[in-house]
Amino acid sequence: MTMLLIGVFLLSLLVITAIAIVRSEDLFSAVMLSGIFSLLMALNFFLLDAADVALTEAAVGAGVATVLLLAGLRLIPPKEAPGRPLRALSVTVIAATALLMIYASFGQPTLGDPLAPTQQHIAPWYIEKTPELIDIPNIVTAVLSSFRGYDTLGEVFVVLTAGIGVMFLLGGGRGKPFSRLDSQAEQGLSGHLIPKVMARLLIPFILLFALFIQFHGEYSPGGGFQAGAIFVAGIILYSLVRGEGLALSVIPPRALLLMSAGGALLFGSVGVAGMLMGGNFLEYSVLAENPVIGQHIGIIVIELGVGLTVTGVLLSIFHAFAARD
Amino acid sequence: MKLLGLFNYWVFAVLLMIGLYALISKQNLVKKIMALAIFQSAVFLFFITMSRVDEGTAPIIQAGVANQIFSNPLPQVLILTAIVVGISTTALGLAIVVRLHEEYGTVEDNEILAMDRES
Repeated sequence: MTMLLIGVFLLSLLVITAIAIVRSEDLFSAVMLSGIFSLLMALNFFLLDAADVALTEAAVGAGVATVLLLAGLRLIPPKEAPGRPLRALSVTVIAATALLMIYASFGQPTLGDPLAPTQQHIAPWYIEKTPELIDIPNIVTAVLSSFRGYDTLGEVFVVLTAGIGVMFLLGGGRGKPFSRLDSQAEQGLSGHLIPKVMARLLIPFILLFALFIQFHGEYSPGGGFQAGAIFVAGIILYSLVRGEGLALSVIPPRALLLMSAGGALLFGSVGVAGMLMGGNFLEYSVLAENPVIGQHIGIIVIELGVGLTVTGVLLSIFHAFAARD
Repeated sequence: MKLLGLFNYWVFAVLLMIGLYALISKQNLVKKIMALAIFQSAVFLFFITMSRVDEGTAPIIQAGVANQIFSNPLPQVLILTAIVVGISTTALGLAIVVRLHEEYGTVEDNEILAMDRES
């Protein structure tokens, strides 16, 4: 009951924040509010037992997305033009649809109903078979990387494609997606003592935590997607404090490209390796004598591929925005 | 009690519509992108709400604990990957807005449309 009330409180805050985002004319405060929105969303996910999703939302939504929006905001006018007044037609349509959906919600199973149709379908099979077939504690990781590996492969390629798109739009000349990146060597916030000292204390731990999330993802909440986002957050913090130039000398543009494409390629080649060893595409059981060990090898390698791609793509996107002037 | 159990769905409906409203009525393209993110978050909330099981825990098996009840891992997997894809597509949209601003000098859709009609 207490948890339910905390949930109701957090969800109400979520709605208030969303309205504030839509209403604020200053884009800077809208971006900051969207960071708060993501953090509240992550708390809600955590209350709803989705630890992995909460971790991802906190790292991606509240961390990386806010910084990316700010980096984009640097290049465009910070204020919204005074808008047209509320239009009666759109408000009516929106309100009617909202009421219709709320009416429809009375036919939904209540929160946490163990007899809901969602819980009857394939989920019990995943929960029952994971210890036997894959033998890792984190069922989310097992479903993500083994049972539904095709899905994840597709998502990784979508991330890569979006990264390539940003490179083409912002990267400059033909064939040189990063040509503008090295041009700037700002010193960042290095003149400010407190951010500098804080960042110096935090960055090693952020990077270490990212590696922990990456390689411990089979046993606790985590995996390649979260680890990539947290790693990117650490490097972005470094480049905010010490300047773009230094951050690019830590991970040079060429390495970023190799990571983005190499990660997706690594994922795909694990699938092909499964085929060469006599199984189906993305079947890990054939990778070793013992099918369970094969699953472990496959999952560790593809999670590494996911982590590399997410890190490479998100960092490239950040640098592409930051280097634009 | 029964009604409180539906609160998540109501918030889903309201958030979805806030996002849709901002998407169609705001002129600023950055605002439109943020509205799309709100819309997307509402869908995430809907999925994760459906994954929850009473008395359940996060779907991570603990050694030595028998008869655990787990929340549904499948919606969590779908949303986990969708969040990362969401940020990538948001970044792509933002890159398009930045390029539009370089070409047109504005990020308001009505001004961009007016310029297109004149030329």
